[in-house]
Amino acid sequence: MSSHPSVHREVGGPLLTGSYRVLLAIAALGGVMMLWRFAAGLAAVSNLNDGYPWGIWIAFDVVTGTALGCGGYAVALLVYILNKGEYHPLVRPAILTSLLGYGLAVLAVTVDLGRFWELWKVPVYFWRWSHSPQLEVALCVAAYVFVLLIELSPAFFEKWRKSPDTGLRSFAEKGLAVVKKSFVWTLALGILLPTMHQSSLGTMMLLTGPKLHPLWFTPWLPFLFLVNCVIMGYGVVVLESHAAASAFSRRRETEMLGRLSKVAMGVALFFVAFRVVDIVLRGRAGALLSWFGVAVLVELGLLVAGALVLMSEANRRSPGPQALAALLLVVGGTVYRFNVYLVGFRPGENWSYFPAVPELLITFGIVALEIALYVAAVKTFPILAGEPAPARA
Amino acid sequence: MNPGRRRALRVLAGTASATATVAAAPAHAARAPKTVPPEAMGMLYDTTKCIGCKACVVACREANDLAPDVSLDGLHQAPLDLNGKTKNVIKLYKEGDRISFMKSQCMHCVDPACASACMLHSLQKDETTGIVSYNPKYCVGCRYCQMACPFNVAKFEFDKAVPKIVKCELCRHRVADAKLADDGGFSRYTRGHGPACCEVCPRGAVIYGKRAELLAEAKRRLAANPGAYVPRVYGETEAGGTQVLYLSHVPFEKLGLPDYGPQGVPHTAYTIQEGLYKGFAAPVALYAALGAVLWRNRKKTGEGGAEVKP
Amino acid sequence: MNDLRTFESPVAEAHGLDRRSFVKTITLAATAVGLNATAAAKMVEAAAAGLKPSVIWLHFQECTGCTESLLRTSHPGLAQLILDLVSLDYHETLMAAAGLQAEEALHAAMKANEGKYICVIEGAIPTKDDGIYCMIGGKTALSIVNEVAEKAGAIVAIGSCASWGGIPSADPNPTGATGAPTVLKGKTVVTLPGCPANPYIFLGTALQFVALGSLPALDDKGRPLFAYGRTIHEHCPRRAHFDAGRFVQKFGDEGHRQGWCLYKTGCKGPATHASCSTLQFGEVVDAWPIGLGHPCFGCTEQSLAFRVPLHDTVMIERPTPPDTYPGIHEAQGHVGAIATGIAGLAAGAALGAGYRFAKKLEDEPSAPPPSDKEVKP
Repeated sequence: MSSHPSVHREVGGPLLTGSYRVLLAIAALGGVMMLWRFAAGLAAVSNLNDGYPWGIWIAFDVVTGTALGCGGYAVALLVYILNKGEYHPLVRPAILTSLLGYGLAVLAVTVDLGRFWELWKVPVYFWRWSHSPQLEVALCVAAYVFVLLIELSPAFFEKWRKSPDTGLRSFAEKGLAVVKKSFVWTLALGILLPTMHQSSLGTMMLLTGPKLHPLWFTPWLPFLFLVNCVIMGYGVVVLESHAAASAFSRRRETEMLGRLSKVAMGVALFFVAFRVVDIVLRGRAGALLSWFGVAVLVELGLLVAGALVLMSEANRRSPGPQALAALLLVVGGTVYRFNVYLVGFRPGENWSYFPAVPELLITFGIVALEIALYVAAVKTFPILAGEPAPARA
Repeated sequence: MNPGRRRALRVLAGTASATATVAAAPAHAARAPKTVPPEAMGMLYDTTKCIGCKACVVACREANDLAPDVSLDGLHQAPLDLNGKTKNVIKLYKEGDRISFMKSQCMHCVDPACASACMLHSLQKDETTGIVSYNPKYCVGCRYCQMACPFNVAKFEFDKAVPKIVKCELCRHRVADAKLADDGGFSRYTRGHGPACCEVCPRGAVIYGKRAELLAEAKRRLAANPGAYVPRVYGETEAGGTQVLYLSHVPFEKLGLPDYGPQGVPHTAYTIQEGLYKGFAAPVALYAALGAVLWRNRKKTGEGGAEVKP
Repeated sequence: MNDLRTFESPVAEAHGLDRRSFVKTITLAATAVGLNATAAAKMVEAAAAGLKPSVIWLHFQECTGCTESLLRTSHPGLAQLILDLVSLDYHETLMAAAGLQAEEALHAAMKANEGKYICVIEGAIPTKDDGIYCMIGGKTALSIVNEVAEKAGAIVAIGSCASWGGIPSADPNPTGATGAPTVLKGKTVVTLPGCPANPYIFLGTALQFVALGSLPALDDKGRPLFAYGRTIHEHCPRRAHFDAGRFVQKFGDEGHRQGWCLYKTGCKGPATHASCSTLQFGEVVDAWPIGLGHPCFGCTEQSLAFRVPLHDTVMIERPTPPDTYPGIHEAQGHVGAIATGIAGLAAGAALGAGYRFAKKLEDEPSAPPPSDKEVKP
């Protein structure tokens, strides 16, 4: 495949469609619940308790949400480190998803923190820093959001370059020049930072010691989280590409996604094998004969199913199986993270937790907001590559 | 595979292995186990002496200015467990004829998971007395300490808009503030040193002192009455050791004290974290390596730069 | 301490009291105040020596119940003894004089004992319309109390009416009935609320003043801590029933007959500071409301008596653990059915939509297989 500069174009079109309004309504409902949470405290809107202090906001919005935002990281590894330029058109939309995923994870953290107004002290009081893995995640994620913003900025600048406003035009030109010059060092950060914090998300749960079930407690947990986020990143990129092509009537990037899916399949199989070998070598295979074992079966089974779909080359070249496999990989990766942070976390048999309705509504609201912002961004700025779909005969 | 890609892979592999070596070396020199502080203070609770009068529950509440927990029936102060209003609680274990009371509060671990989890040392272990204290000034309310604590001690005020973590601090405010004003005579607990629970216990079921002395006393009791106790002092080594020690006439697991090994809870996580990030060497090295690879790739293909429209 | 064998007291002898009964009475009063043996001994000495403080007893909006309570003792001779331990120089109910003679006695006593007499106030003081709703000898209660209290050595407000207004101050309080402390702002007023007040509290307070020249330790409302420092609930003989959850549900039921706790029938004991549970009335055991099977109505407390309905329950001050224990692992945490349903529906919908989308894509054309000639980037 020849290497030619990718062409990004804004999708354009009206923003406030019917389904868009539905998204905004869900996001607004989540927003109202958030206001209630800030006014009345966590107990009023959630079922978080002393046994399960972390619930769906952490397990899904933060831990899974950032993994769903690892498309940028996973694709950057391919394009810029392994020099596979053909995946280049996938980079910018993946960066957008990453920015939204991480940005909204920060919002979710703010909602979840009991004393969020003290958050500014974390980066400022550096002499009080401990070696807590969570500190690393906090600082790293905050820095990464800025890096993503810089990496995505060419999309904004390219649009503002064409603005009738001279001031904005010159700002855009200057911005583009700066970004181009610092590109290598920004991108290096954009690869270093997720490597650090996605693995630390795994280390974090190691600090719960005996409360994390042995089927998941392994010194390799940081490594597993890293591999897991790469799988999920690829899965999200495939799903997102197909969804955007359908939604905005663009030509599908099926061929490129096919080759990407092959990489994803390999990584997924590696993950499953590693997990199984690790459990066996640590002498915990017996623990699989329990409900916790069923959870492991589900998390690995989904990945295996996705990999199986992608085994045949014909499947890899078809959009349907590509999307199905990607769905299985993303869900499997999500189940793994839920297993580590919720299912496999055992504070004691007398404790139970399930999110409350307002708690769920906040999560739905954040997801709806993310989709809404994504649609608004791709319609306004040149982010999606490719051309409009050819008219069907 | 094209030569450029091959070389890039080689460079990456080399960097990765170098980073791994750098990281692995200190990781193999695993984190040294924490030792008991020299003047470590603690408590010794003996289930054979406790009569379940709950004076310690009331005393703790008064000494710490906590609101009464009447959530059970609105009439009686009956917390089900430690919570945002309760730093000390008496529980009952009953199985057939076997009965034991159990005093539950912070164990003041030698290697506290909560303090290791806390980002800004809001929870902090005193270097001299070993008391694990809490300062809300640096607390963001993330509740990681609750996730980490192996005894589920740290509690959070979920029902408040301005919440704090709540847990026993061995009444360190009473030790610091020994000259409190006379409050009119009716509270015996506003003066004195050491924990209020130990001061008020009518039978000395829970006593306060230096951990070393309490441990010796516990062993003396075990030796003097071998049949009366489970032959172990809980907290001597469990989870790296705790400064609150327990003697019991029923198995410790029945009282909610699990059979933890001698390794401190933060050991695995901190060995990895401190190993990987020692001196920040590995991240810097990886950053340099990534930069080098990216630079070279960009030079080779002329592509991979900023997505600038031609 | 006087040798009891050579004990001589004209006071005791005059009332036909042997030394044992005499000492017993004084000691009872002393211990009621919470004084130690030495102080009690001093009080016996003072009383035996016939040192009688002058007492000027004022009556305003009252029922005279507190005076009656003081006189109602079952032990013979004690009433007279009480009256002989103090010199009751002015008391509208008990004094023989009337009219102008009474007024003269009042002013004479005030002059002779200036700065030393105990001013006892019984009854509330009306303040509305310049206090015209209670007038004695042409003067308002307001002006009388200010005049007498001005030169007093100690001021004691006996009963709830004098302490905070009592029954005359019940809504709508048409006369503006007020307690003495509010009227005598700035002065130390010992208040002994109760309806009626317990006589031994008064006796102990007065004797302490006489024998030791001091007043007992008071709380922020002027109530002696030795009597009002605890709530009824904290000393109630039925407390074990409360702690075990044995409550009277209805008057006359089985629990009521068994003497169970009256909390649910509206007992104000948990919020009422008083000593009735230990010092009953008339020196008869169980001669107090709860002892007779009726809930306390909080007669000492301004916020409760004649304000809160008799059978309304109150909050417990300083609640303590009951007779139950939590298990080692009490079940905690809440799993809501509706939330589970919503989460299930949402997850199902998302997964279903994803699956359907993938199925729809099966109609889309596949990418062509890679050609033999691979173009290297």
